[in-house]
Amino acid sequence: MGKDTNKTPGQLYHERLKRIEDAIELKVPDRVPVICDFGLLPARYAGMPIKDAYYEPEKLAAATKKLVTDLEPDMFHSILFLSGSVWEILDTKVMKWPGHGGPIDHVNQYVEWDFMKADEYDAFLQDPVDFILRTHLPQTCGALAPFKKLPNLGLLLYIDRGGGPLVSFADPEIWAAFETLHKAGLEQLRWFHIRMAFVEEMEKLGFPSMYIPPLVQVPFDNISDHLRGLHGSMLDMYRQPDKLHKAIEKLMPLMLNIVKDWAAIVKSRPHAPTLVPWGPHRGADPFMSPKQYEEFYWPWLKSLIQAIIAEGITPYMFWEGDITSRLEHLLELPKGKMICRFDVTDIFKAKEILGGHHCIAGGVSSAMLQTATVQEVKDHCKKLIDVVGKDGGYIMHHSCALDEAKPENVKAMIDTCKEYGVYN
Amino acid sequence: MSDDLVKTLADLKEKEALKIVEDRINAGEAALKVLNDARKAMEIVGKRFANGEYFIPELVYSGEIMKGITNILRPKLAHAAEFKRVGKVVLGTVAGDIHDLGLNIVDFMLDVNGFEVYNLGTDVPPQKFVDKIRETGAPIVGLSGMLTLAIDSMKETVQLIKAAGLRDEVKIMIGGIPSVDDNVRKYVGADGFGRDAMAAIAMAKEWTGGKK
Repeated sequence: MGKDTNKTPGQLYHERLKRIEDAIELKVPDRVPVICDFGLLPARYAGMPIKDAYYEPEKLAAATKKLVTDLEPDMFHSILFLSGSVWEILDTKVMKWPGHGGPIDHVNQYVEWDFMKADEYDAFLQDPVDFILRTHLPQTCGALAPFKKLPNLGLLLYIDRGGGPLVSFADPEIWAAFETLHKAGLEQLRWFHIRMAFVEEMEKLGFPSMYIPPLVQVPFDNISDHLRGLHGSMLDMYRQPDKLHKAIEKLMPLMLNIVKDWAAIVKSRPHAPTLVPWGPHRGADPFMSPKQYEEFYWPWLKSLIQAIIAEGITPYMFWEGDITSRLEHLLELPKGKMICRFDVTDIFKAKEILGGHHCIAGGVSSAMLQTATVQEVKDHCKKLIDVVGKDGGYIMHHSCALDEAKPENVKAMIDTCKEYGVYN
Repeated sequence: MSDDLVKTLADLKEKEALKIVEDRINAGEAALKVLNDARKAMEIVGKRFANGEYFIPELVYSGEIMKGITNILRPKLAHAAEFKRVGKVVLGTVAGDIHDLGLNIVDFMLDVNGFEVYNLGTDVPPQKFVDKIRETGAPIVGLSGMLTLAIDSMKETVQLIKAAGLRDEVKIMIGGIPSVDDNVRKYVGADGFGRDAMAAIAMAKEWTGGKK
């Protein structure tokens, strides 16, 4: 496939963005657009050690630039930038990454346990921030362990009179923990600047990207991922559903505040995509019964998506796992306002149910891009274009991130959109 | 009374199930008999999961209730309870991957279907699979993994099993990878793949000569 060289980068940028916006609005674009979530593939493609992707953001940016400019997708994710140095400073216990408990040449993985014990709901409900600072962070970050010595935060009110917990700040260990936070913050800021400079450079070269990190979570996912763990949250549905519900309600305003922060970022960069990515996961088919989904998940998920859309943001929902049985619920959301990217959900069934209501993205499994031949990938993508791409409202996409995919297969997926995916 | 425990536990009524167990033990009943009823209930839980009536939370919860029951029974059991087993399976999440949810569901389902499971846990180096196959003589091996990195790890594990001269002695199944298909199976060099625990049970039964 020849490269798009006859147009200026500015023209190409607008064409690519419009192609995606048309698909979102359920119009028929000039051709089927394609989005890539490259994961660690840029590092492999550039032949750099995977470990360096976690320590050298400039190198990762250069590697990603090479892959994007070689393959020319319509949009890509520029949010992978995860700093191993920040994790080291914090001495986090919730992550394994190359050289730190994880295999040297592979992606980072999360470690999870019941950070919050079954009998700690009351403490959390009384004051979530206090709980996070004095109970949660001291467990999850070795460098923040001294925070468990802090007194109750309610007493901060008396500091202005020289009272309250003022003497706690004289404790050298507590102070060292605050200094560590400062150091971690500076390192995170350095990474942020490098990443945003890269995002802007790519925009100038004609490539829009998904650049706002996913922060909002359905309260149930938040509780399951960060507080009670998968096991604990599942038991709570049976053993203490009332407390679980109270925690869900307690977290909702915090999530709605993040939506406001997202809106501010989106408004500050009007030329950039209004998309923000988000990946609900623990409400997927095998993780809950339909009844539990209604009871603990969907109503809050629906409210959050509605709030995001109301702010002028376009949710890019990555429906992790299989949500085939939940598809009907999505019809309760406004038409033509979001992208539904699917992982292992039956994409053809999704088209049947959601076609004409939501833009659908997906259909190419990342395992296929790793193990199949170029011809097999092309044939499969043609079928997707014919069936799921019919009448527009479709974006070609692979399932999970492409850490181990063969670059020639990814190229075949992208090129098939350009060669075969043109609408008449 | 034995019907009561089977039904109560299968319906996941935790407090009632534990009370029945206590009452039966206090009434002088043999612990092994109570344990057998509890196992019957767990078989029903497995069937309900396979039928789509139960989901993962129900498996997790039933496992927790069962823990409570065995805690009551353990001191009363003179020797380890023995059940008739239909076959041995070595299971594990392959090297580099630390995901264990799917692994433990397959373990649970194999167990309630009468298999003796040797679960090696997560991030299992290929050599450990080889050692366990030798030690147990298990004719079935299950390789699990969630991330795409697991595909190459599975391949390496199969290659080491082959290099150890054990490839013809075992049937190997893979699962966990989203969208695992016959292409991935061929790439890895396994005998079968499954997208859910029920597929694993069907393969294990077929490979041990039982009915599907």
